[in-house]
Amino acid sequence: MNSLLLKIIFVATSLINFIMIDIAVAATDTNPQLLLKSYAAQAKKENPSFKEFASLRGEQFYHAERVHSEGDKVSCMTCHTTNPKNIGKTRAHKEIKPMAVSLNTERFSDTEKVEKWFKRNCQDVLERTCSAQEKGDFIAYLLSVK
Amino acid sequence: MNIPKINTPRINSPRLFKFQILILLITITSTSALLASNSTDSDTQSKAARSKIDNLTLVANGAWKSECGSCHLAFPPGLLPERSWRKMMTSLDKHFGENARVDEKLAREITQFLVANSADLSGNRRSSKILQSIPRENTPLRITETNYFIRKHDEISASVFKRPKIGSAANCSACHKGAEQGDFSEHNVSIPR
Repeated sequence: MNSLLLKIIFVATSLINFIMIDIAVAATDTNPQLLLKSYAAQAKKENPSFKEFASLRGEQFYHAERVHSEGDKVSCMTCHTTNPKNIGKTRAHKEIKPMAVSLNTERFSDTEKVEKWFKRNCQDVLERTCSAQEKGDFIAYLLSVK
Repeated sequence: MNIPKINTPRINSPRLFKFQILILLITITSTSALLASNSTDSDTQSKAARSKIDNLTLVANGAWKSECGSCHLAFPPGLLPERSWRKMMTSLDKHFGENARVDEKLAREITQFLVANSADLSGNRRSSKILQSIPRENTPLRITETNYFIRKHDEISASVFKRPKIGSAANCSACHKGAEQGDFSEHNVSIPR
C-alpha cells in the first residue's frame, strides 16, 4: 500500500465527512435555480409551447386581486403585503419573513416546504393548484426584487 | 527495483488503511443516524420529564412546532383538554376558515403529542385551572373561549386586542413575551401601544 493511495483515501474520507455533516445540519436541499429548472421541465410537459419564465408575469400574479368563492377579496398580498420585501402577516397575525430572495436567503431552499406552501396558498388564493409555469414565474419575480 | 527510503517513518500501512475505513464507516453511520433522527422527534421527546414550575413546559415536538406554528403561535397543548385537540385534529380541513390538513402520518404524530401534553394529562397548575374552568360537556376549540382565559384577560378591552401590533386575542406572543417557551406569567407581559 503506497503512501499516495493512503493520502487519497484520507482526502476522500475527509471530503465525505464534511459533505455528510453539511447535509445533516442543513434542511436545505435545493435553491431557486434548481427549482426553476425543475419547474421549467414540468411546464414544458404541461404546455409544449412553453418557452421560459417571466418575472413580469410573476409580478402580475403576485399582485392580482381575486375574489374568493366565499366572497372576500384575496391575493398573495393579503399575507405577504404589496411588496415582497416587507415582513408579512398571517391571518392569525403572525409575522412572515420577506418573500424576496434578496432579503431572505432561506427562501426556496427546501423542496418540501416550497411544495407545501404552493399547495396551501394556491388553494387559499386561487382555489386550485398552481401550474408549473405559475410557480416558476412567481419564483422568477421574487428573484428579481432587489 | 528496490529504492531505499531514507528518513521515512515506518507506518504499518494495512493497519492504518483498516483504521481509516473504520473511521469512515463510523462517520457514515452516525451521520445517517443523525439524519434519520431529524424526522422522528416524537415519543421519546414527548415523554421527557416535565418540570414542576408554573410555565407550561414545552416539550418540543418538531412536527407540531413546524406545522402548527406556521400561521400562528403553536399553542401549548396544556391550554386545552384532550377532547378539544382530538376534535381539532380530525377537522383540520375546516380549521377556523382554512384548510390546514397535513398528511396522515404527521397528523397522528401531532395528535399523539398534543394528547400526551394536554390539560387533562399535564401536571401543570395552569393547565388544571384551565381544565376546571371548562364545563365537561364543552369541547372548546378556541383557548380564548375558556372561562379561565376570559377571567385572566377581563381587564383588557376588546379594542386593545385590535391594536395593529396585536391583531387578535389569538396572537399571544404580541403581549406574552415568553409564549413560545410556554411562559404566560403575568410578570412577563408587555402590551404594545
